[in-house]
Amino acid sequence: MKHLKPLNAKARRIEADLAAQDNAALEEDVVALQQAPRPHVPLGCSLSFSPGWEVDATGGTAGLCQPVERDIYDCYVTCFWPVQVADHVNYSPDWASNCAAATKDWRNLDIVFP
Amino acid sequence: MSAPLAHRYRAGEMHRFAAAGAEFVYLPSAGAIFAFDEATAGILARLSAGIVAHGDLVAGLVDDGMTAADAEGLLRELRLVRLIEAENVVTPGPKVDAPPADYPLQALVLNVTNQCNLACTYCYEFGADKISTQTGKPKYMTPETARAAVDFLLESAKGREAVHVTFFGGETLMNFRLLKDVVGYADARAAETGRRVTYSLTTNATLLTDPIIDFLSEHAVGVTVSIDGPQDMQDARRVYKSGKGSYEVILPRLKALIARHTTRAITARVTLSAGVTDVVRIYHHLKHEIGFHEIGFAPVTTTDDGHDFGLNGDSMGAVLAGFHALADEWLEYALRGQMHGFSNVSETLSELVSGTNKSHPCGAGLGLLGVSPSGDLSPCHRFTDADEHVLGHVDSGLDQDKRADFLTRGHVGAKYECTSCWARPLCAGGCHHEAFVRYGDTGHANLHYCDWIREWTDRVLDIYGTLAVRNPDFLDRFADRKGLS
Repeated sequence: MKHLKPLNAKARRIEADLAAQDNAALEEDVVALQQAPRPHVPLGCSLSFSPGWEVDATGGTAGLCQPVERDIYDCYVTCFWPVQVADHVNYSPDWASNCAAATKDWRNLDIVFP
Repeated sequence: MSAPLAHRYRAGEMHRFAAAGAEFVYLPSAGAIFAFDEATAGILARLSAGIVAHGDLVAGLVDDGMTAADAEGLLRELRLVRLIEAENVVTPGPKVDAPPADYPLQALVLNVTNQCNLACTYCYEFGADKISTQTGKPKYMTPETARAAVDFLLESAKGREAVHVTFFGGETLMNFRLLKDVVGYADARAAETGRRVTYSLTTNATLLTDPIIDFLSEHAVGVTVSIDGPQDMQDARRVYKSGKGSYEVILPRLKALIARHTTRAITARVTLSAGVTDVVRIYHHLKHEIGFHEIGFAPVTTTDDGHDFGLNGDSMGAVLAGFHALADEWLEYALRGQMHGFSNVSETLSELVSGTNKSHPCGAGLGLLGVSPSGDLSPCHRFTDADEHVLGHVDSGLDQDKRADFLTRGHVGAKYECTSCWARPLCAGGCHHEAFVRYGDTGHANLHYCDWIREWTDRVLDIYGTLAVRNPDFLDRFADRKGLS
């Protein structure tokens, strides 16, 4: 924490929790599309101008105009991606409220329970 | 085609305070206290007028000279701590957790007798607002009942290394023989399973003798004395049935108690009532002229009409003014590294140090139960012998349905008025007994003292902030403090 200083036991627990989250984020718990052996890359999105589960000209994802994680917003906001995401209209309006920067905060996009 | 979700933020739930030139925030959702910097203050200022878009907040910070990355980092930090939240966050309704059926008992309050040799006019057990129904019930607890209570406590306290027994009345010392018996029995039973029992009692001090004091000291029995102050105040309402005041009787016994009882702090518990509101004078008398280690104050419990002893708005104002004067003294002591004996500050401060966030105002019905002379269980000592509030019996155990009803109604989430109050982590709606006397429902928020609680909590936060800046080590002394009364 840079701007807040914890002053009691509960505040220190919050700080420790957040630090643990950041540490978890640094661990290699993510299968990147660039890694070898390369995972199965589904085809898709070729008909739209939005990056989805696609690869760049070199067969990787590093050259995409937007990060691959970005596509989840298309599922969520515009509903064009036919997978199950939280219903942000009726039941889970705050589903993405803790995900301001998808590249950093996508882990906060959690499953929801009806 | 894919419109990105534009985040807009509002300020989260918080209570801000400033002390010793620094700015702090108390977060009611967690009970956490943070100091915050100027950049954070700037964000909160921008949000004070309403909702602001993420991009506008970042742009404002960049204009002030921060890099965009740092600005994003600041917003992220504030968001994760919930100082700010996205406007579309839906605050979940207050949740009333089901009370745990197997919550291990920690303490029993044994009403060793419901008899008293005094007739204090404001007494909640005998006075105008009493809720107890004593007719036809035993007046003194028998050794068999007391031993069954100890067995019940040890059986129900699975997993705890130490349990606590408080002796209460009536006047506790009118059944001192039983007290001695219980201490011997409980120590032996606890030792069989490698556990410990600690003890305390509350007394009016009229029956203290040197042998009794020596016994209490030898067994480290904590002593709280109910006393109202100097002679004129003590004798106003703490009287014998004849109307004679009790001050002259107790004075020499208190001096002996404080001189001979060396194993635990001796505390005074003052009931503030009409005409007994000069807390500064009471404090100095009890602390410096009599020698108590700590003095705690609480206003008398009474119905809305207050009878002739209740505190009205004006007298509560006088009480608060006195509390503030003593709080000033407390802080002066603390800045010198010395402990002051005004326990209303110490108690609140120790809860703030740990960040207490209560589901219930106290442990009544959870870790603590009262036992009447007949062996009936009740949420606490204030409900003993009241038929309506019986929660079981030491022989047959707890009635889980009645207990669940009591705890569900007493949960802070069930008290609508508390949901928007920043002081709820410490107050949780206030005393179940006082709520019943005043509103007829143990689960009613004690609305008559909300302003008072908030003012007092804010005052202790001010002390907290001052110490955090000027003598932070002093706060560590409260890390392990347990309630004394």
